[in-house]
Amino acid sequence: MSPLLAAVLQLLALVAALALTYRPLGDHMARVYSSTRHLRVEKWMYKAVGADPGTGMRWPAYLRGVLAFSAAGVLFLYLLQRLQGGLPGSLGFSSIDPDQAFNTAASFVANTNWQSYYGEQAMGHVVQTGGLAVQNFVSAAVGIAVAIALVRGFAHSRNGELGNFWADLVRGVVRILLPMSVIGAVVLVACGAIQNFAGIHEVGQFSGGTQQWNGGAVASQEVIKELGTNGGGYFNANSAHPFENPTPFSNLFEIFLILVIPFALTRTFGRMTGSLRQGHAILATMGTIWIGFTALMMWTEFHHGGPALDLAGGAMEGKETRFGVGGSSIFAVATTLTSTGAVNSFHSSFTGFGGGITMLGMQLGEIAPGGVGSGLYGMLIMAVVAVFIAGLMVGRTPEYLGKKIGTREIKLAACYILITPALVLCFTAASTALPTPADSMTNSGAHGFSEILYAFTSGANNNGSAFAGLNADTQWFNTTIGLAMLLGRFLPMVFVLALAGSLAGQRPVPATAGTLRTEKPLFTGLLVGTIMIIAGLTYFPALALGPLAEGLA
Amino acid sequence: MNNSVSSTARLLGAALRALLVLTVVTGLLYPLAVTGVAQAFFNGKANGSEVTSDGEVAGSSLIGQRYDLPKRDSGDDEEVPRPDLRWFQPRPSGGLGTNSVNTQYSLIVSGATNRSADNPELLQWVKDAKKAAVADNRTKDYTPRPSDVPADAVTSSGSGLDPHISPQYAELQVRRVAEKNGLPVEQVQRLAENHTDGRVLGFMGEPRVNVLQLNIALKELARK
Repeated sequence: MSPLLAAVLQLLALVAALALTYRPLGDHMARVYSSTRHLRVEKWMYKAVGADPGTGMRWPAYLRGVLAFSAAGVLFLYLLQRLQGGLPGSLGFSSIDPDQAFNTAASFVANTNWQSYYGEQAMGHVVQTGGLAVQNFVSAAVGIAVAIALVRGFAHSRNGELGNFWADLVRGVVRILLPMSVIGAVVLVACGAIQNFAGIHEVGQFSGGTQQWNGGAVASQEVIKELGTNGGGYFNANSAHPFENPTPFSNLFEIFLILVIPFALTRTFGRMTGSLRQGHAILATMGTIWIGFTALMMWTEFHHGGPALDLAGGAMEGKETRFGVGGSSIFAVATTLTSTGAVNSFHSSFTGFGGGITMLGMQLGEIAPGGVGSGLYGMLIMAVVAVFIAGLMVGRTPEYLGKKIGTREIKLAACYILITPALVLCFTAASTALPTPADSMTNSGAHGFSEILYAFTSGANNNGSAFAGLNADTQWFNTTIGLAMLLGRFLPMVFVLALAGSLAGQRPVPATAGTLRTEKPLFTGLLVGTIMIIAGLTYFPALALGPLAEGLA
Repeated sequence: MNNSVSSTARLLGAALRALLVLTVVTGLLYPLAVTGVAQAFFNGKANGSEVTSDGEVAGSSLIGQRYDLPKRDSGDDEEVPRPDLRWFQPRPSGGLGTNSVNTQYSLIVSGATNRSADNPELLQWVKDAKKAAVADNRTKDYTPRPSDVPADAVTSSGSGLDPHISPQYAELQVRRVAEKNGLPVEQVQRLAENHTDGRVLGFMGEPRVNVLQLNIALKELARK
């Protein structure tokens, strides 16, 4: 069997697994966020928090909950790293410097998991398991909560209420992420991912002598890192490290974990808005882009352009033998079309076009299928823009799911779309204009520029992967990427929740003969086109200087 | 004003309590439960899949290692290690590092070279590796062609710890390994074939040879 055929079969197996879980998981999530019953452990948690889960929140209150919880997260994680040197169970590792601790705290709370540190030499058990992995859970739950709030905005009528943030947060962790993680972690251990609390210990080697190894709760962190589309590796090599991703099966399983919640959320959306077909149209849009990008990536990576890869006879630089070109290409697309940023192969050593595909995937706004929650709300914003454009063509006030898209709504959607590109392009421009940031580059020319463009694309879109030749542990990059991650995560949430509030306050208008049928394939086509044109127009000049210049050389 | 300050403080208090409760559940109970299950049912795997040779631990079947000759000058950190050609050689690991912080330990830091496809340095490394693969694998009656050297033999893996090589790279090394160990080529060839794993279920991943396990088997064979 040729490697290409094997790659296609792996992709088909992935599609089959996602299709099997789509309905049960999507329906389960809809029940979780619609239920009025509370589990005993949840009641106990609400009591500890001091919140009444039955209180409906309007959008400003919901937003305050999101921001307060995230601020507490940044503060806690920052202090944990700054105090590491004095904490027991930290392998004797020293405390993290202030700029790197800020960057890492911002990164994990913003669901980005950009890492300017090397996991195995810097972070002990307490910070990894009790700090970073915790944010993997809760930042993912916050993302889903905001998406559900927007869905309720479409579903609710005239009361302006979006649900209760604390209830959504706790339920997301207790009823969705935690049970799936327990199962997934055991599967990964069965494949060979490590799970222990051993300190640094000596392991004998074949040629004599020993090597010092770091133990850790790797499998339990690995699973939520993928499932919550976080992406921060226990080890520096991330999911290329055999202890994180030991076999070809674990590789496919991890890609499945990355994609399963974002895709299934479209079912949840359809269920909660009362029209499954609306969910299918969103699903079809996400699926089309995902399959298209994967096909392009396989084409360019199997073709292995670029002098060094040509001479080697294959694009295996930065890729593991057990995954090959196929398993690496599928992973790379899945991780950059979601907000995951875990890597099983190193994007910097991909072909010029391959690197460009990973960047463009993030620049679409990570909506195909996108991060947990953030993918759905990002895609719904694009849907709002698409119906607006369609409305302009026929000269009608546009509506989506029975809600009018008026001046206020389209302004909020436009603000959402503008934030991330502004962060990416301004910080990239500043970094290339200043004299010292260029010292961090490993490669020169177009690829050196790509390293910086990739860094801010990844940070502002909350992805977290890197063209890792860039030495990002400098005060400039720690600070600017830290800010890009926080602003790129929470400013869009402000606009999403404001939009949700404005929609929830409206009375639905009945569909008429002139209503755009947003559950039809025509709308899916319009939506795909809108997404590609907006991202293309925004980023084409920057991409032309980087990956396009490299790929066409 | 006072009202909004106190309500903000109340909100932050609730946020902090929520974080602490969720930290206990996801950062303490969850990893401990998973570790308990892992240690009870998958003890060997949860602790790093260690393999033994002659009754002693020889590494992990999941982590690649080097098979080099002892250094000529043990005090010289700059000395380029020379491969011990008696053993099957792994892929290059140009991105592997050592720890730069917490230097009371000497840890291996996993990683890739991150060199781009048009990077002149990478081009040179590939050229050199190709030349070395041809020279090292030349035997009395066999000279490999540069086109016989597969891509994995001249490129660094993502982790720098790739435990595998492609069956083609193992094949390339068979004659040399047989000659250096005074074994018949067919016997070493069979050994390599027996240590080749196909794709999982016929389509997942790529065919591969675990270098450590192959070398352990080779060691036993050479002793007989």
